[in-house]
Amino acid sequence: MAHASALTGDHSHSAHDDAHGHPPTSTGLDNKKIAIWAFIGSECMLFASLISTYLIYKGRSVVGPYPHDACLPPQCSTPLKAILNIPITSASTFVLLMSSLAMVLALAAVELKDQPMPSGWWSRRLRSSKLWLWMTALLGITFLGFQAFEFTSFVHEGLTIRTNLFGSSFFTLTGFHGAHVTAGVLWLLTLLAIDYRRGLGPKDAINVDLAALYWHFVDVVWIAIFTLVYLIK
Amino acid sequence: MAHDTQHEPHANVDHTAMGITHEHPTWSTYWKVAVVLTLITAVEVWIYYIPSFVASRAFVPSLLIMSAVKFATVVMFYMHLRYDHKLFRALFTAPLIIAIITIVGLLFLFGYFSHRTGALL
Repeated sequence: MAHASALTGDHSHSAHDDAHGHPPTSTGLDNKKIAIWAFIGSECMLFASLISTYLIYKGRSVVGPYPHDACLPPQCSTPLKAILNIPITSASTFVLLMSSLAMVLALAAVELKDQPMPSGWWSRRLRSSKLWLWMTALLGITFLGFQAFEFTSFVHEGLTIRTNLFGSSFFTLTGFHGAHVTAGVLWLLTLLAIDYRRGLGPKDAINVDLAALYWHFVDVVWIAIFTLVYLIK
Repeated sequence: MAHDTQHEPHANVDHTAMGITHEHPTWSTYWKVAVVLTLITAVEVWIYYIPSFVASRAFVPSLLIMSAVKFATVVMFYMHLRYDHKLFRALFTAPLIIAIITIVGLLFLFGYFSHRTGALL
């Protein structure tokens, strides 16, 4: 029952709260979880403003490079190819989606920590919170590596945050998202440090759940950015 | 994907102590969701490279629908919002609706659609 309640994150019964040492709340729900959902809601509006700014400025740059089209003389002094690299970004999108899978497996492993260890090799791997937290963090770092590569290649091709409207809105939007991924990786590394120091158990599931919700939110924001910025011409 | 079903998170968890009954995704559900997300992403990228489809009117709506499906899938299954308390659902969906209205409103306000179509608003 302990892990089952942690799985849903629902702490709506006072007896249940008492059993886990949580003080009763007026809503019957965990305050930290309400706070993270309220935070995620506010983040929706932040990214909505950044995405709408990008879309409003889309196609209004007077100098190249452009996202999907080549820039040829006389508009550009030298010919510039379309700057977005879809294969690279598709790979980074796949990496971020897989990090979300690793994150749910990490949360499930923490929630089931006090259950008897299963016999199969794969089942034992599924129950390793350290493995899946490492996996999530490493996939997050890989995504940031892709983004660093993309930003660097853009600068080498002549696109900076000051070049044109596309550069300003693109770097602001994707840079904000990258900063969120960085914060998520740091959060995951903090959880890993706790796991190595004293071990994460079902009583910590709520804290891992908060990190997981944040991480999945960063993932869904990228789902929107990938379509709106990279794929729609 | 060989793993013991007896050790999976419960498909139907009876929270009798809480006076409620919840479903919860199993590990196999998590893997299936990952496969679905990967396939949709592959289709999105694939249609990007079909010039005739990119030129058609179905291109942008198709991408938006696939993106929305991916978004909803992650929110419902990975963020557990499908199984969670309605207050959490309200805390997420209300700002999301405001955000979508804000995006569409700003695009109209700044003539995004007239800029695209060449028509006067």
